[in-house]
Formats: sequence, structure tokens, C-alpha cells
Amino acid sequence: MNLEAQTKTAPTGFLPTWQHLRAMWFPVWVVLRREISDTLRDWRIVVPIIVLVIGFPFLANFAANRGLAFVNQYGASLIVERLLPFLMLVVGFFPSTFSLVIALETFAGEKERRSLESLLATPLTDLQLYVGKLLSATIPPVLASYLGIATYLLLMGLTLGWWPPLSLLLVSMTLSTVQSLVMVSGAVIVSSQSTSVRAANLLASFIIIPMAFLLQVEAGLLLFADYTALWLIALCLIVVNVLLIRLGIRVFNREQLLGRDIDKLNLRHALSVFWKAAWPRNGLKALYTREIPAIIRGMWPELLITVVVILGGGLSVGIWGVRRFPLPVEAFSLAEVQNLETIGSMVTQSGLLTSFSPWSIFLNNVRALLVAGGAALISMGILALLLLMAPVAIIAYIVGQIGGVGFNPWLFLAVTVLPHGIVELPAAILATAQAMRMGDVMLSPHEEGGGVDGIVREVGHFVKLFVGVVLPLLLLAAWIEARITPHLLLNFLGR
Amino acid sequence: MIEIEGLTKAFDTLVAVDDITLTVHPGEVLALLGPNGAGKTTTVRMLAAILKPTAGRARVAGYDVATQGDAVRRNVGMLTEAPGLYSRMSGREYLDFFGQLRGIPTPERQKRINELAEWFRITPVADQKAAGGYKDVLDRRLGEYSKGMAQKIALIRTLLHDPPVLLLDEPTSAMDPASARLVRDTIAQLRNDAHRAIVLCTHNLPEAEALADRIAIIRQGRIVEQDTTPALKARLLGPPLMEIRLAQPSQNGVVALIERTIANSGARVQDAGDGWVRYSTPDPTVTNPAVLQALTASGVAVVTLSEVAQSLEAVYLRAVEENV
Repeated sequence: MNLEAQTKTAPTGFLPTWQHLRAMWFPVWVVLRREISDTLRDWRIVVPIIVLVIGFPFLANFAANRGLAFVNQYGASLIVERLLPFLMLVVGFFPSTFSLVIALETFAGEKERRSLESLLATPLTDLQLYVGKLLSATIPPVLASYLGIATYLLLMGLTLGWWPPLSLLLVSMTLSTVQSLVMVSGAVIVSSQSTSVRAANLLASFIIIPMAFLLQVEAGLLLFADYTALWLIALCLIVVNVLLIRLGIRVFNREQLLGRDIDKLNLRHALSVFWKAAWPRNGLKALYTREIPAIIRGMWPELLITVVVILGGGLSVGIWGVRRFPLPVEAFSLAEVQNLETIGSMVTQSGLLTSFSPWSIFLNNVRALLVAGGAALISMGILALLLLMAPVAIIAYIVGQIGGVGFNPWLFLAVTVLPHGIVELPAAILATAQAMRMGDVMLSPHEEGGGVDGIVREVGHFVKLFVGVVLPLLLLAAWIEARITPHLLLNFLGR
Repeated sequence: MIEIEGLTKAFDTLVAVDDITLTVHPGEVLALLGPNGAGKTTTVRMLAAILKPTAGRARVAGYDVATQGDAVRRNVGMLTEAPGLYSRMSGREYLDFFGQLRGIPTPERQKRINELAEWFRITPVADQKAAGGYKDVLDRRLGEYSKGMAQKIALIRTLLHDPPVLLLDEPTSAMDPASARLVRDTIAQLRNDAHRAIVLCTHNLPEAEALADRIAIIRQGRIVEQDTTPALKARLLGPPLMEIRLAQPSQNGVVALIERTIANSGARVQDAGDGWVRYSTPDPTVTNPAVLQALTASGVAVVTLSEVAQSLEAVYLRAVEENV
């Protein structure tokens, strides 16, 4: 039976038939096999990978040996022993970063060589083509990573007699795998959205730099042998990878692949879209009666998620913190709550603010929410949520601790948080939800309101909402916090 | 086989194809002519279900290009403007890859590749290192192929699954005259053998004239002329132009005699020189015998009376210029 017949064979039951599965996966396999074979024939890719897979572990092994010999003189062998697993991660990380060139070539390279059109003219569906290319770009880095780690472990075993415990090996291999997967998934998206390999390579730094930072975080965790946190990172990376694959499939568009102007940056058009979204078009009254309500109505899913995540997540983390890290009673002495000056100096000594004034509080909150907006753009909205979750978690932690040492937590909450929080929290929720929407738009294809226009439009809406609603509310909240809350604190909790 | 109605494609503010309506029947070759950037390739890409139309509809081999893209692509063979081969693969591997994507079973695929290679004269070449002193060209890497050979491989890729609809963008570009002739013969045979519908995009006007049953001239995304070649010539270049060559140069009164003879037939003298006269006539079957008779009766010796060939190039230029 040929493919045409196979493709027409629809599954009749709940489970897909063998013919249906074959019709879906055989073309993927054909694309995958061709790409892998093509990669293995390119000595410019193969030679450096071999060098990294075989040569680099020797270097790492040499460094480990010398390091261990040095610190053993001072009886500090633990440091290097804790660094050995880190070197294992690095040895796995390097070949996979180099292998990114394969992923970056997948679509942009074919486009540049003008071989893409004939491939697009075949009966391959978008999904088959994308999955075939993604798998073909995934296998070399993952294998290179495994080979590098295997070579390193073999050398370490033979020269130092060091074999990692199974739990460490498992977490390291998992991290290496998911890091490679995340980088490749990101690189394939970059490749499918770029007009040239050069442009794709430039954009690849947005993938490599965050991963290199993450590697440093992992190094720190390995030093403290905190494998639970490493598993959490692996879990987060799996989620990010799933999101990236979903994003890649959603924004993959064979029409845009052949388009000429994907990389063209039309600043004038972008500015016009931004201006239209950000500037009140019909005066102040319309801004507050029509335009801002329309923006808020448009982001209700993000609002709902924000409220659920920051309240649910923040409270959960705070309560977990109370149980895990209980503070001694002395930490909650309110001896210094004597007058307004001592309250001000308590705040400045905590390092949270440079001075306890409305202006200082206002600027601090504005800065935090703007950072959340920027972070949302590069994290599909996730970082914005985490940033807002943090203060809620801290408040929940403090209130929980207060309760634990005999104070009335509800009174504390009502006096110190509620007066300004009732104004500040909605402002922060609105800004975060809109920041999340900016991240969500990046997941949407052009025809569904996504693409560059969509992002610029949502940034415009963010500005409109920020200036029109968030800033006034933050200003009011800061004034309450600096001028009213200390009086309440003195009256209800002061000596 | 191909039915296009009001097909339009816009990229942001640029309308690349604007309200095109065409039909290509089975066994018919339609040549799509037009300047660079006129919208030929965009039209062909829409017919191959690579691009989605912004408006209008097109059915290819019975399938809608907008909603049944996969089925359209199964039934279309598309020769792209550039061969776009994978340079690290051998010719055989490359064709095998596309054959697999087309779902052609292995034995049939191999047979078809060999048949087409033979048809396009991709024959073994002398190679001292190879067994028997010859190496199959199909086993060489595509990066080593000449432009003409690469074009042949691309053509084989297009024909591999024996599609009922062929979309050929510059099929003979970069080919030597013998290979180009072979490709032209192939196209003619493909049309006649299996009643395929063929759309041919080309800048090679003699090729279009030789192969196409109908010509469509596209300019700035719009079809400005569409008809058979003779009909286009008649419409754009006027009635056929006849030329009489006389035995003796400068014979006084000959032009006047011809003018008198053809005066009532709608024909008129266009030009004259030493020993020749040209006139256009809407009906040569009436005018030519009358002219010959008049000249013979006057004792003027006529060497030849023939139609002046009007090229498709003149038609094309006229169509393009008229629609500027």
C-alpha cells in the first residue's frame, strides 16, 4: 500500500491503527534518516564533535587530577570531589552547544540552499516535517553529550577510581538530556523563523547564554550536593521543552518559511502598531471607560492564572517555608517599633529600600513590575508570575512566623499589609497578567494575533495599562505604606 | 484538471497575484509568461499548495489548494525555479529520498529512477577507479553535478511519482541545447501520453511557443492576455503579414498595382524595398491569389510569396507594454 492509500486510512477505533501510525511516522523517519546521514557526512560538524566528545573529557580529567592533587595537600579534597560531577555536566554540555549548529541549520540552511521548496512540495504535513527536523537535530547533541560523559566517567574511573553514585549519575544524565532538548527545541524555532543561517546563529546566543547561567546554578547546587533542587531544575526544563515544542509547532508556517521578509524589521510599522495600542485614542474618558476595560477583558485568562498562581503558589511556598525554616522568637521582637523614625530605620537597615519614603517605595515597586514585564517576554510569562509570587510567599512566611511566636497574625496582616496591599496588589496583578499576556502572544501564530505585530501591540497595551492604572495605584499605595501604615503599626503593635 | 477562479495572494501590502482566473485541461500545456516579479512563481506555489491564497479558489486534480493541501501535493509534480539539491547526497539517494516521501514502494521506486535516468541520458561515465572502468553518475554526489545535470535530477524528482499535474518553473534553464531539446520532447510526450495538465513558467519564448497550447501573460500579478499563440498574434500584432519577392529589383508601378488589387479586401501595403513588397491581409486565401494573378498578368516575375513569421516575443512585448 502506498503512502497515499495509507494517509487516507483513518483510525476506526479509539487507538490508531498500525497503518495510520505508519502513515504518520514513516515520512518523519525518512526525513530524520536523511538529515542524520547528511550531518554525519559533513566533516565540519563531525570533527569538532569528535574532538569535544573525546578530547575535552581528557582535558577535564587532567584538570580534575591536578585539582585533586593540589587540594589534597591542604586536606580539602571535598571541594574537588564536589566539582567532579560539575565537570561531568560541563563535558556533556559543550558538545551539545556545538551541535546546535545542526538545529540552527534545519530550516534556515535549507532555505539558504534553496532546497526547502522542493521539500515543501511533497505530501509531508507541517507536523511531520517539523517533527522530523526536530528529531534529527536532537539526536546528535544528545548522543554527543552522552558520549562525552561516558568518556569522562571512564577516564575518571580508570585514573582516580571515581565512579559517581547512581543518584548523581541519573540526575546528571537527565539534566544533560533535558538541557540539550531545550537548546535544540529553541534552536529549531529560531531556524524556522530566520531567513538565513547567519541570522539564526546570532539569535542562538539567546539560547546559549541562559543555559550557561543555568549551568553555573547547577554547579552551585552540585557543590552543596542538593540533588532535589537539581531534579526540580530538570523538571522545569522538561516543562520549558514541552512549551518550546508546542510553540515551534504552532508558529511553524511553511508560507512564512518561503517569505522574503521575515527578518525585515519595519520600525515605522512597529512604531505605528505600538502607538495605536499605547496611546489613548479618544481622550481620557474613553481610556477609562472603553480602552482599559477592553484590555482587561481581553486578558481574563491571564488574570485568572495570575491570581490563582500567585495566591495559591505564594501561600503554599510561604507555609512550606514556615515549617521548613522556623525562626526563633527573638527575631520578632517589636522593641524597635517605638516611633516613626525607628520604623523607618528598621526598613532601611533591612536593605529593601534606601529610604522609607513614598517616592522610594513607589520607585522600587515600579522597577519590580517593569523587570517582571521584561522577564515575561523572554520566559513566555513564567518569570513574571514567579516574581510576583515571591513577595506573596514572603508575606505568607512572615505572617505564619508571627502566628507561631504568639502574635495575632491577622492583626499583623491587617495593620502592615492590608492598607496599602488592597491598592498595590490589584496593580501588581494587572501588570503581571498583562506581562504574562505579552509572553503568551509569543506562543501564538501570526494569524491568531501573534507574531511581531502581536508582541508590539501587547507591549503597547502594557504601557497603556501601566501608565493609566498601575502607576497611579502604586503611587497611592506607596503613600499609604509610608504615611499611614507606620501610624497603624505604632497604634496597634507598638510598645 | 486545474481550475483557478479569482485567485489572489497578498503579502502584507503587496498584492503578488491579483484575481487570476484560468483553466488548464488534461492534455494541455499552458505557458505562463511574464517579467521577473510578475507573480508566476507565487501562482505556481499556490497551485502546489505551498502558499495559501488570500482570496479566490483553485482546484488542482480535483482538490482544493486551500483546504486539501496534502492531497494536492500528492498529485502535483513541481519543478522549482532552482534545483535545490542536497549536495552531500548521491543522485540515487536523493531521488530515493523523494520517492520514499511520495510513498512509492521500493522495487517500483528503483525501477522508476533507473527508467527516468535512462530517459534523461544520465548514463555511466568513465571512471578508472570504478569496477568495469565506469561509474554510475547517479552514485556521484550531487555537489559534483553540472548545472544541467542538476536540472535533470530535479526533473526526475518531479516526475518520479507520475503526477497528473505538472508545474514546471524554467525546466530547461542551464541546459545545453541537446538536453533542452530532450526536455522539450519529454514535456510534449508527457502531455500526449497520459493527458497531464502542465503549467510551464518560462522566459524562453520559442520554447513556450513550441510547447504550449495556450499562453497566459501575467504582469504585476494580473493576467493581461490569455489565448492560443495564433489568436494572440492576430489580436496583438494585427493580420498576417505577407512578403512578395520579385525576380527583378525596382519595378516601377508594382506597389501601386498591389495596392489597387487589395484595396477592397481590407489588406494594405505595409512596406516595400528593392525587389520586395510587404502587405498585411485579414484573409490571405482571397488576397494572395488575387495579387499573384495581377502581377503575373502585368508581366512581373514573382520569386516567392510567403508569410512573414511573427514571433511570440513581439506578442509578449506588445502585451507587456500595452498594459504598463
